[in-house]
Amino acid sequence: MSHPHDHDHDHDHDHSPPKDEGAGDYALLEQAMRELLIQKGVITAYGVRRMIERLDEASPATGARIVARAWTDPAFKTALLDDAGTALSALGFGPMGKFIALENTPDTHNVIVCTLCSCYPRFVLGFPPDWYKSTAYRLRVVREPRAVLREFGLDLPDSTRVVVSDSTAEIRYMVVPMRPRGTEGMSEPDLAALVHRDALIGTAVVAPLAR
Amino acid sequence: MSAPAKFALGARVRVRTDDPPHHHRTPRFTRGQVGTIARQHGVMPLPEDLAYGRIGGQGMPIYRVHFRQIDLWPDYAGPDGDIVSADLHEHWLEPAP
Repeated sequence: MSHPHDHDHDHDHDHSPPKDEGAGDYALLEQAMRELLIQKGVITAYGVRRMIERLDEASPATGARIVARAWTDPAFKTALLDDAGTALSALGFGPMGKFIALENTPDTHNVIVCTLCSCYPRFVLGFPPDWYKSTAYRLRVVREPRAVLREFGLDLPDSTRVVVSDSTAEIRYMVVPMRPRGTEGMSEPDLAALVHRDALIGTAVVAPLAR
Repeated sequence: MSAPAKFALGARVRVRTDDPPHHHRTPRFTRGQVGTIARQHGVMPLPEDLAYGRIGGQGMPIYRVHFRQIDLWPDYAGPDGDIVSADLHEHWLEPAP
């Protein structure tokens, strides 16, 4: 051991004080811009911190709660499908921008992508999975969506129309999966626990409950 | 809204084939293709402006346009009804027969 004090772990590592590696050009630019905007009163340090905190707090569980509410509250579902940004802003989510929820039905299966980059509804789903940002997914899902979905384990019948929605920075999408069979009478929190990330992107469905 | 939407729901539109050098959000696979207006999003700022710091402009109507997969890719392997949608500002669209 290179250091004399006791540890439970037995690997060598540097215990010198953490060094400031120095910020890169973009980080310096961001810092300068942020400090100027704070000085001018356009934004506040508290507001920036809160925004970062809210982005980090969002996860697929957030989207799952929204879906469970839509499954159990027809008025909310109507508002959500009509204009998800407005419906969710009213519940304190946001800032949403233009945000659209697409409903999966027996006739139509929706899947979302951002072919240009990685646009994703972070305030309701958290950070996107790595594969969502991969060139392979972005290129292929608009070209051969059924083959891609099969690789995700989802084999859709030809009677179900596949609708791929290409997101942008200005207009983002999420999918409202179909409520599975066998969930009649379940509570909203129990339903939310069934809804997982890929069902909100459309590369999966929420599986029926075995009875 | 600062400008009325020029295209109605269900209208057929063709995407312009321009290839401007500046930033925009019109996917190349939609260029020159015919689709139908599936949703009117109202008026929104242009990515062509926002990318260069020109904020506060008038904006322009933007639409969700549905394209049939078999129109985009002649060898498409799925059913005729399969769709790709893109959100396109009005100046990228022209009426199609």
